[in-house]
Amino acid sequence: MRHALNGLLSLAGTATAMALTAVALAPPAAASGEVNVYSSRHYDTDERLYSDFTKATGIKINRIEAGASALIKRINSEGANSPADVLITVDAGRLWAADKDGLFEPINSEALAAAVPANLRHPNGHWFGFSTRARVIFYDKTRVKEPPKTYADLADPKYKGLVCTRSSSNIYMLSLMSSIIENLGAEKAKAWAKGLWENRAREPQGGDTDQLRGIASGECAIAISNTYYFARALRKNVRDLSGKTDNIAVVFPNQDSTGTHVNISGAGVLKTAPNKANAIKFVEYLASRKAQEYFSAGNDEYPVVVGVSKSSSVQKLGEFKADKLPLIKLGENQANAQKIYDEVGYK
Amino acid sequence: MARWAYLYEEQQTSNRPRKSTTLVTFQFPNSARALLSRIIRQRLASSALAAAVLLLLPLLALITSVFETDNGTLAHMANTVLSEFVLNTLALVVLVACGVAVIGTGTAWLVAMCEFPGRRIFEWALIVPLAIPAYILAYAYTDLLSHPGLVQSSLRDIMGWGPRDYWFPEIRSLGGAALMFVLVLYPYVYLLARTAFLEQSTCYTEVSRSLGYGPAQSFARVSLPLARPAIVGGITLALMETLADFGTVAHFGVPTFTTGIYRAWLAMDDSIAAAQLSTMLLGVVLTIIVIERLTRRKARYHNSRRLRALPAYRLPPVLGWLAALACALPVLLGFAIPLVVLANLAWIIDEGPTWSRYITLSTNSITLAGTASLVTVSVAVFFTYAARLDPGKISTAAVRLGNLGYAVPGSIIAVAILIPFAAFDNALDAAMRSGFGISTGLVLTGTITALVMAYVIRFLAVALGGVEAGLARIPATMDAAARSLGETQATMLRRVHLPLLRPALLTALLMVFVDVMKELPATLIMRPFNFDTLAIQTYRLASDERLAQAAIPALILVAVGLGPVILLSHRIMTSRRRDRASAQAEPPETAIAIATHNR
Repeated sequence: MRHALNGLLSLAGTATAMALTAVALAPPAAASGEVNVYSSRHYDTDERLYSDFTKATGIKINRIEAGASALIKRINSEGANSPADVLITVDAGRLWAADKDGLFEPINSEALAAAVPANLRHPNGHWFGFSTRARVIFYDKTRVKEPPKTYADLADPKYKGLVCTRSSSNIYMLSLMSSIIENLGAEKAKAWAKGLWENRAREPQGGDTDQLRGIASGECAIAISNTYYFARALRKNVRDLSGKTDNIAVVFPNQDSTGTHVNISGAGVLKTAPNKANAIKFVEYLASRKAQEYFSAGNDEYPVVVGVSKSSSVQKLGEFKADKLPLIKLGENQANAQKIYDEVGYK
Repeated sequence: MARWAYLYEEQQTSNRPRKSTTLVTFQFPNSARALLSRIIRQRLASSALAAAVLLLLPLLALITSVFETDNGTLAHMANTVLSEFVLNTLALVVLVACGVAVIGTGTAWLVAMCEFPGRRIFEWALIVPLAIPAYILAYAYTDLLSHPGLVQSSLRDIMGWGPRDYWFPEIRSLGGAALMFVLVLYPYVYLLARTAFLEQSTCYTEVSRSLGYGPAQSFARVSLPLARPAIVGGITLALMETLADFGTVAHFGVPTFTTGIYRAWLAMDDSIAAAQLSTMLLGVVLTIIVIERLTRRKARYHNSRRLRALPAYRLPPVLGWLAALACALPVLLGFAIPLVVLANLAWIIDEGPTWSRYITLSTNSITLAGTASLVTVSVAVFFTYAARLDPGKISTAAVRLGNLGYAVPGSIIAVAILIPFAAFDNALDAAMRSGFGISTGLVLTGTITALVMAYVIRFLAVALGGVEAGLARIPATMDAAARSLGETQATMLRRVHLPLLRPALLTALLMVFVDVMKELPATLIMRPFNFDTLAIQTYRLASDERLAQAAIPALILVAVGLGPVILLSHRIMTSRRRDRASAQAEPPETAIAIATHNR
């Protein structure tokens, strides 16, 4: 046994030495023209997105996926030697935060300027949105005869005990609040949060899919969720939801006023990128027709480029008018959004 | 204690025959050799402290935040949500502490001291819930017990209840979260307490029995107090992990102090406030550790080696089956049921997994966990051994400081660890550029080496807990005997302490291994490019709300983690049995050593 233990310990030494050697021998990724992507997209369906780019251009993509805030911290601490070329996030607020730290290189690309609508990109080309997701209202047709037509309606006392949401600190809830602060002002936004809280069917919990499941099981009559979670249940087998969607209807809120709140998944090229040329190629590729179709087919998101066909599950949700709010506002208002939720006791 | 060290130095250089007559040489404590030995010993403690400080550099980055000004986030939180977060955390801590103490200690005593149906199986089965990460348990129980889940929907169908006509305990609640933590964390207490019970001297128990104590009294008045350091060590680990958790409480919508830290950082974009809150959390943990140490300052917990195996209490049939039930419940709830739920979830998905990818993921997980656990336990042995050879404030401080990395929420410590690594890399790069005109880039950041070092910082407490408890049970007289018999510091470690520590070392290895397998935040942010593990794959899918797909890597994670758990627990068992057997057959060498010393 003692020998076994000694063996284990020497094995540890060897393994560490091997790990060190392997790392020392590995050529720096930048040298070979490869593009290093730090991404907070974590969808398995994105594999095709990357492999297609490599197939078409011969440029290899190296990835690290983690939360956007942690990635931004890593880029900051790595400083001038950071190997990162491109940062991808799933929320405009995080792009804003990275930009505030001065991480992005302005990109002057005609292709990108033509493809991505102006409100979905940074005015100076620091970052670009590539797919949008709308935050909408779902409701049970059998229980709710007069569904809410706007976000403001959700706070109407007639929906008391019917509405399900997730926790206020969730980034999608924060972005929604940020847009409401921008559209209605902080005072009204606070009153709205209070009304929404008082209409809760249960304590905020779980993810967006859990809110939809709540409608299916009868726990909730109305829920707020991103579009793609519902579209996915139409396309694939989602436990306790697929096959139970007949009574669930969708409302795209604020169609007669500001339009429905949308957020983006977007990317920017980093100032310290060792391989800027290929990085820009990759970002341009994300706005290409083929890549845009993957966003819709793989993760049921809305492509940003006009005229790109949507997957059938996304088409089933219908067309809508999106809020044209400059997405920078989502980042700017975010801390305030959390404060307002906290002040009214929204969990 | 100290004079034995001098004695041993004398012996070492003079190479005298191993006789107790060497006591005579202790007439000249102020010799040059003694002075030399003192320096050597102090150097050991100092280097342990230096290593501890090095390991804690990332925490310094957090602690210095108290000198900075935040964006008013703390004031806002104190006025609104913080009191609720603190109360939730307190409730969680109390519930988890009681839960793991009762289940861990109770089951450990039953399998160590009693004989009942299935004891041999429960001996290792009670460890297996350790292989399941708390957040995965949370997902599984949500799937089973939430409103849309199987249990409630079946109830509604059978009883004809409407969706909101009845009361059912809410799994996504404070109580639910506490239950999740208890179920996955009680094995810490079980592992440490069981080792402690088994190594308790027969004499104490025999005396208690001869004084008329039954099993229950003997447990309460003799075994339990003697096992206290081990039990408290286990509870402390469980609490630190509870305090640092974010995944489980976030999924359940139960805001805790850690939620507050994340909220300050992610929602309010105020890293200074987040670091300050983390420092407060550290302060609380440090206070708990210090208070616990103070309350047992006077007590010592050395046990003399048992000289023969203690006959187990043979429980009467009814009690025996009750004991079996008590041991079966945690295994069922913490392992069997969630596993069935996960398997059932994985069953419904449309596409099959790509096995070659899962082989890579498993290899990555095992390599990381294996390397990290061995390195971490080696570091822990160094620290505790330094504290033993050179007891004093310096070495004690080193051991205490080594514990702190475990109590900080994962993402916070991970981001803090990045800072010194990247700073070192950039300084090296700058020096090389100016000195030799070559750029070294980032040497450590984004490598496996840095990741393993991050695990050491994060999980040293786990290894220290196991090794320290084990080392404390070896009486100091043993060191004296070994030295009088001519062992050097190094050979004493190799020939006396490590063999005696074997079960404790294996336990520590096992705990760190499983912890690294499950670890997420540091792995996510510090790993090299294109390097995924089973935990990361589970997280990717689960955070995208693809729970059914996430069930597959989760199951593989549990299966891969389970192998070493069973293997190591088997080794721990057999080493113990051999101990028992040899103890019965002949008095061990160490007993002779003590006898020699006492003469």
